[in-house]
Amino acid sequence: MTVTAVIMLIVALLVVWGGLIASIMWLRKNPERTTYPEGGFDDRREGAGIVERDT
Amino acid sequence: MSANSTNVTHPPREQFTGQVGFILAAIGSAVGLGNIWRFPGVAYDNGGGAFLVPYLIALLTAGIPILFLDYALGHRFRGGAPLAFRRVKKWLETLGWFQVMICFVIAIYYAAVVAWALSFFVYSFNLRWGDDTAGFFVGEYLQLADVGGEDPWFTLEFVPSVLIPLVLVWIATIVVLAAGVAKGIQRANVIFIPLLVLAFGALVVYSLFLDGAVDGLNAFFTPDWSALTDADVWIAAYGQIFFSLSVAFGIMITYSSYRQRRANLTSPGLVVAFSNSGFEILAGIGVFSALGFLAQQQAVTIGELEGLTGPILSFVTFPAILSQMPAGQIFGALFFGSLVIAGFTSLISIVQVVSAGIQEKFGLSRTAATIGLGLVAGVLSVVGFSTTTGLVALDTIDNWANNIGIVASAILMCIFVVWVYRRAPELRYHLNAVSTGAVGSWWYLCVGAIVPAILTVMLVQRILNLLAEPYEGYDTTYLLIVGWGTVVVLVVGAILLTLPRWRRDPDAFTPWPQYPALVESAATKEARR
Repeated sequence: MTVTAVIMLIVALLVVWGGLIASIMWLRKNPERTTYPEGGFDDRREGAGIVERDT
Repeated sequence: MSANSTNVTHPPREQFTGQVGFILAAIGSAVGLGNIWRFPGVAYDNGGGAFLVPYLIALLTAGIPILFLDYALGHRFRGGAPLAFRRVKKWLETLGWFQVMICFVIAIYYAAVVAWALSFFVYSFNLRWGDDTAGFFVGEYLQLADVGGEDPWFTLEFVPSVLIPLVLVWIATIVVLAAGVAKGIQRANVIFIPLLVLAFGALVVYSLFLDGAVDGLNAFFTPDWSALTDADVWIAAYGQIFFSLSVAFGIMITYSSYRQRRANLTSPGLVVAFSNSGFEILAGIGVFSALGFLAQQQAVTIGELEGLTGPILSFVTFPAILSQMPAGQIFGALFFGSLVIAGFTSLISIVQVVSAGIQEKFGLSRTAATIGLGLVAGVLSVVGFSTTTGLVALDTIDNWANNIGIVASAILMCIFVVWVYRRAPELRYHLNAVSTGAVGSWWYLCVGAIVPAILTVMLVQRILNLLAEPYEGYDTTYLLIVGWGTVVVLVVGAILLTLPRWRRDPDAFTPWPQYPALVESAATKEARR
């Protein structure tokens, strides 16, 4: 391979795959927030069937 | 009053079971046929190694920002495209249905391409295509009619070799989607994406050891820096990023709506975006190594080869390479197996957009919506694309649905959400309130200016090209009916689907977290950064 092609190959891999590795490492280090605004709890009854609630 | 305490008379929304499941499903959707057959050719045609510069800039200024916009809309407004947009502004529901219609149209032909890949996966066991691969694909396999010659532009002469795998693809799609988000979509991607990485990785490594691979890599990576001054190269880069990431036509809105409320969005989004680009670079290396081998076998240069992109690359050029290489059967099974997986995981995400839309609007159960939709789309798919004129219809509809439909959808989304209804600060606040990576104010510039401006130039350019000369030299009446007709179907379908009343009140909903935040807790202060 020519020198310029090799350099571009390495740059492409470093930037794109490097970006991927960096974003995975960032996510592993910071998987979820530790603090959230009030509320935001999910209804976790998926599959439990239709639920009727009194208004 | 808030969404999580709304009176519930129906099962709660389906969810991905965790972060990894969501990321794999989003990667499965983003990594599709275009990564394998479009990116290598586009990069080669637009400056080779130098294309990396506009490509990365497009990724950072358009791809990732639009991906975040989709995530924020779906996650904040807890719905598929029509419901999410309705909760932004009532009448914007129509834009949501426009995106659903795009997905419906794309699904019916995309399934056909997955079916072709499935056939060729089987054919690769004995390299059934022989020496004349173009003749095999178009003549023996697709049995393409002599359109424009003695045959009509539309026939109902079915081709069993396409029809049978196409029916199998639709059955598999229905089975996966009927099983639900966690047990169907997530499980399929958790199995298929690692398999895809292994198969495609093995293929790329193998291709590097072929004679002539170095010439192919030279052609692919040698930069032509003068390309950077060509506006068309920049538009090609933005187009590649835009089409490749599966953004702006409802998929990422739908998928992010299935994440729990307290779920990280931006950091997983970066993983998805870089995985998609990482796969494209890998595809470029694999495809051009193989093309280098073909060029050496034929004693020509890479520049003299034809069919370096699209279906012709996969179903004509690649079979020619496989016929000449050692262990072509194994390489072929890996290549077409990868195409099947990449295509299928994208197909299920496309169909899910439509399924989610009709489930929510018409109060249908997941099973009823999936089976009903699968049958209708499957029949249309078979009638339109498993006949002797299927290739022409596919080529035409694909061009209009993508270049007009998706591009227009993205422009409208940016204009209405960012400019007209001014929801960008709220969406940015939402992203930052739930994510571990903060989105800066640069995001406004990207989704409010850069993306709509570049896509508008692209749209105008493509419309002018389509008006100036008949696409692919096809009959103008045919293009009017099938090409522009596709746009009419998208618009009319979007309006008609907006009209019926919702089975459940879509507006009885309060987004979480509240915006603007009343009490400045430590968390909201941090989110507001």
